[in-house]
Amino acid sequence: MKQMANEKRWTTVIAWLVALVIFFPIFWMALTAFKTETEAFSVPPSLFFSPTLDNFVEVFARSDYLKFAWNSVAVSFGSTLLALAFAIPAAYAMAFFPTKRTPGTLLWMLSTKMMPPVGVLIPIYLLFRDMGLLDTVTGLLIVFTLINLPIVIWMLYTYFKDVPGEIMEASRVDGATPMQQLFLLLIPLSLPGIASTGLLTVILAWNEAFWSLNLTSSQGAPLTAFIASFSSPQGLFWAKLSAASVMAILPIMIVGWMSQKQLVQGLTFGAVK
Amino acid sequence: MTTAANPSVTAGEQKQKRTKREIDTRPLLWPSVIVLFLWMIVPLGMTIYFSFIRYNLLNPDISGFAGTENYAFLFEDPALWASLWNTLILTGSVLVITVVFGTLLAVLYNREFFGRGVARLLVIAPFFVMPTVSALIWKNMMMHPVYGFLSWLQSSVGLTPIDWFTHYPMLSIIIIVSWQWVPFAFLILLTAIQSLDKEQQEAARIDGAGPIAMFFHITLPHLARAISVVIMIETIFLLTIFAEIYVTTSGGPGLATTNLAFLIYSVGLLQFDVGYASAGGVIAVILANIVAIVLVRTVSRNLHQT
Amino acid sequence: MNHRFLTASLAAVALTLSAESGAETTLSIGTVNNGDMIIMQKLSQQFEAQNPDIKLDWVVLEENVLRQRLTTDIATGSGQFDVVTIGTYEVPIWAKRGWLEGLDNLPADYDVDDVLMAVREGLSYEGKLYALPFYAESSLTFYRTDLFEKAGLTMPDQPTWDVVKQFAAKLTDKDAGIYGICLRGKPGWGENMALISTMVHTFGGQWFDENWNPTIDSPEWKNAVGTYIDLLTEYGPPGASSNGFNENLALFTSGKCAMWIDATVAAGLVFDPAESQVADKVGFAQAPIAKTPKGNHWLWSWALAIPTSSDAKDAALKFITWATSKPYVELVGEKFGWAKVPPGTRKSTYENPLYVEAAPFAKPVLEAIQTANPSDQTLNPAPYTGIQYVGIAEFQGIGTQVGQMMAGVLAGQMSVDNALRSAQSSVKRTMRQAGYPK
Repeated sequence: MKQMANEKRWTTVIAWLVALVIFFPIFWMALTAFKTETEAFSVPPSLFFSPTLDNFVEVFARSDYLKFAWNSVAVSFGSTLLALAFAIPAAYAMAFFPTKRTPGTLLWMLSTKMMPPVGVLIPIYLLFRDMGLLDTVTGLLIVFTLINLPIVIWMLYTYFKDVPGEIMEASRVDGATPMQQLFLLLIPLSLPGIASTGLLTVILAWNEAFWSLNLTSSQGAPLTAFIASFSSPQGLFWAKLSAASVMAILPIMIVGWMSQKQLVQGLTFGAVK
Repeated sequence: MTTAANPSVTAGEQKQKRTKREIDTRPLLWPSVIVLFLWMIVPLGMTIYFSFIRYNLLNPDISGFAGTENYAFLFEDPALWASLWNTLILTGSVLVITVVFGTLLAVLYNREFFGRGVARLLVIAPFFVMPTVSALIWKNMMMHPVYGFLSWLQSSVGLTPIDWFTHYPMLSIIIIVSWQWVPFAFLILLTAIQSLDKEQQEAARIDGAGPIAMFFHITLPHLARAISVVIMIETIFLLTIFAEIYVTTSGGPGLATTNLAFLIYSVGLLQFDVGYASAGGVIAVILANIVAIVLVRTVSRNLHQT
Repeated sequence: MNHRFLTASLAAVALTLSAESGAETTLSIGTVNNGDMIIMQKLSQQFEAQNPDIKLDWVVLEENVLRQRLTTDIATGSGQFDVVTIGTYEVPIWAKRGWLEGLDNLPADYDVDDVLMAVREGLSYEGKLYALPFYAESSLTFYRTDLFEKAGLTMPDQPTWDVVKQFAAKLTDKDAGIYGICLRGKPGWGENMALISTMVHTFGGQWFDENWNPTIDSPEWKNAVGTYIDLLTEYGPPGASSNGFNENLALFTSGKCAMWIDATVAAGLVFDPAESQVADKVGFAQAPIAKTPKGNHWLWSWALAIPTSSDAKDAALKFITWATSKPYVELVGEKFGWAKVPPGTRKSTYENPLYVEAAPFAKPVLEAIQTANPSDQTLNPAPYTGIQYVGIAEFQGIGTQVGQMMAGVLAGQMSVDNALRSAQSSVKRTMRQAGYPK
C-alpha cells in the first residue's frame, strides 16, 4: 500500500514536470500577450512586468474577431460532423465486413491526401471561381471535409477494429440489423474513439492555413486569416501577434477541455471481454 | 450482454455466417469512395496535364506543349536530391521521436495521479497552435541566440548560447515539428491504451512481470495497430511540412532545410510557374506513394489483424 | 463572368426600381500589416463617413501571403479585390500584363506633380502611372551616437563599406553584448538579397550583363559578398543567417547593434521612445558606398492600385486618391502625430515645417529616395530596372535561391567562391528555362 502511494507521488511529480515543459512555449507566448512590444524581446526576458491588456484592446479594435471565430467554428465543426457522417458507415463496413479489396481501398483513400496543395491551388481556384465558392464558408467546409475524410476513416477503422468481435456477433445473434448494430452498439461503444477522432479533426481544420488563406478573403475567412493579419515583415508585433494567437487558440482549448472527460472515460469494451 | 434465452440460437448462427458475406456494404462505403475519388481525380488530372505544358501565370506569352521539359528541368536541379534527402530525414526523425515519446507519454498519463485531466490537456496543447505561430514562438521567443528564452537559460548558467538555426538548422526544425506532433501521437495512443485488458495486466503482474517486461510484452503489442495509424497519418503531413520552414529558415542556410515542399514553392510558386510546380507536385505524389507502400509493407501488417 | 451577370441583374433591378439610388458599393482592399497601413485602416472610418455609399472590406495579410493571394486572384480574373497594395517590383510587371487600371485622369486637386519623381517613375510602365504611392522607402545607415562617442569615432555623412568595416571592428564588444553591425541574413529575395543587391551594385557589379547573362561569378560579386560575409561573421550578432528586418529591428532597438543598414521606415520606429530603448541615441547617414555611388541604396514604395478585374473601379479610385492625398497626410499628422505621417511620397510633406520638426530623419530620407535611380543603378549598362531586385517575374525565385546560398556561406557551410559558382549556374538554368536571352 505504502509503495503504491509512493509510486503515485512520483508519477504525479514526473507527469506534471513533463507537462509543464511541453506547455512552456505556449505559456511564454501567453505571457508575451500581456507585455508591451519592447518588453516582448528584452534581454534578459522579463518575467516580472506590469501586465497590460492593450494588445487585446488593439486586436479587438482592429479586426472583427467574432466574425473570424464564428467562421472557424462553423468550418471546423461543420466539416468534422460531415466527415464523421461519411466516415462512420465506411469504417464500419471495412472493419466488420472486410473484403480482399479493403486494404487497398484504405491505402488509396489515404493517398488522396498526398497531393501537395501548392500543386493543385490553381485548378481548385478556377473551379471555385466558376462555382461562386470563393470566400464562402460553404467552400471551405467542402474542402476541409474532403481533406480530413481519409484521416477520419483511418482512425475510426482502427478503433472499430478494437471492438471485440464477440460483442458484435452476440448482437447479430440477437437479430440486430447492421444499422441497429451500428447505431445502438458500435457508436455508443466506441464513443471515446469517435470523440478523440472528432477532436483531432476539429483541430486539424482549425489550424489549416493553406486553403483557408488562399480561398477566402473576408466573408468566409477563419482565424488563420486573422492571425496572418497580425504578422508583418516590417514592424515588431510579437506582443499583438501573441495576443491574437491566444485568442485564436482559446476556443479550441475550451473544446479540448470539455471533451477531456469523454476521453478520460476510456474505451469500455476492454473489460467486457 | 446477450440474452441466452433466444430460441433460435443455432439458426441464428448460421444466418449470421450468411449475413457476413451477403450484407451489402456499398451504401455504407460508396459515398466516401465517390467523393474522395472526385476530389482525387479532378485535381490530379489537371496537375498531370499542367505538368506537360508551359503555363506561367505571370507570363502568358510562354505557352504550348512542353513535353517532358518541366520534368527534365526538375531532375537537372541539384537541389532536388538534397531536398528529397531532407524530406526523408525530417519525416523519419519526427516519426521516430513522436512515436517513442507519444508511447511513453501515453503510458505515463494513463496512470492515476493528481490533476491528470489538466496535465493531459497541457500535453495536448501544442497541437492546438497553428504551425506558423508555433514556428514564430520557437524562432523568436525560444531559440533566438540573443533574446530567446533558451539562450537566456544557457547564459545564466555560464554557457554560450547555441545558435540553433545557423549551426543545427535541421535539428531545430525537427524539434519544432516534433513538439507539434508528439501530442497527436499521444492522443491517439492514450485512447488506444485505455482499452488494454486490465485483467490480463493484473495476471501478468501476479506472475511477477516487471513494469518493463509488461510494457514490451503487453502494452506495446496492444498499441501496434494504433502506432501504425499514427505513422501513416503523420507521414502524410510530414512529407509536406512547409510553414515551419518558411517562417524560420526559409530553406537555408544553403539547402540545409529545403524539403520538397519548400523547393516546389521557391522555384515554382514564387514565380507562378504552374507547369513547373505541377511537375514538382507529381513527383511529390509519387514519392508519397512509394513511402506509403513501404510503410504498408513494414508496419501495417498490424492494421488488418482482428 | 459571375460578376458581369451580377452587374447585369443589378442593373435590371435598378431599372425596374428606378427610384432606387445610392446602392452601397463594397470595396475589398488587400493590404499588409505595416504600421502605416494600420493607421490607414483606422482613419478609413472618416472616408466611409464622407462616402456613405461606399463600404470598406479589409483583407490584411502577411506580405508574401498577400502577394501570392493577389497574384492568384488577378491572374485568374476572379475579381475578389478592388484595391490592392503592391510594390514597385510588381507594378510594371502587372501593368505590362494589363492587370492594372491606368491612372491618367486623376482629379486636379490630387496634384500628382507633388508626388516625388523617383517614386512616380517606379510606379509607371511605359510612361503611364498605374499605382499611387502610399509610402516610399530607401535604405540608410543607422548608428548609435553614444557608442560612437565613447569609441571616439565620427560617422561621415556618406560612409564607405571600408569605413563601416573599420568602425564595426572597433565597436564590437561581444562580452557586453554589443555587435558592431547588424545586417539582414534571412534568405529571401526581399530579405538578404535586397541588401546584397545594393552592395553588388555599389561594388560595381550587376545581376545580368546586357544580354541577360548572369554575372554572379564576377570579381565584383566576390568583393561585395566577401565584405558582407566578413562583416557579419566577425562583427555581427549570432543567428545572423535567420535575421530579417524585424529581428534586426528588435536587436537594434534593444541596444545590441552599433550600426544597422536597412530600410528608411526603420527611422520612425527606432526614434519612437515607445518602441525603442535607444530612441535618443540614434544617428543616421546614407547607405555605404564602395566603387561607385550608383545603386548603393534601394527604392521601394508600397502603392495602391486597381485591378482591371474589379467591379467597383470608380469607388476604388475615390479611395486610393483619398488615402494618398495631401489632406490624408495632414489627417495622420493631426490624429497620430507628424512623425507617423507616411513618408517618402510627397514634396509637400517635406516642405511642411511640422513634419520636419517632428521627424529629424526627414532630410536624409528624402535625399536617399530622390537620389535612388532604379534605371541607372549599375556602373556598366544593365538590361534591367530595380536596385534591390531585378524587375522580371523570375526574380522572386532567383533571389530566394541565391539568398539561400548566401545564408549557407554565413553559416559556414560553403565558401564564397563555391556559393557564387553554384548561384551562377542555378540562375543560368532558371533564365534558360524562362526563355532568356530574349
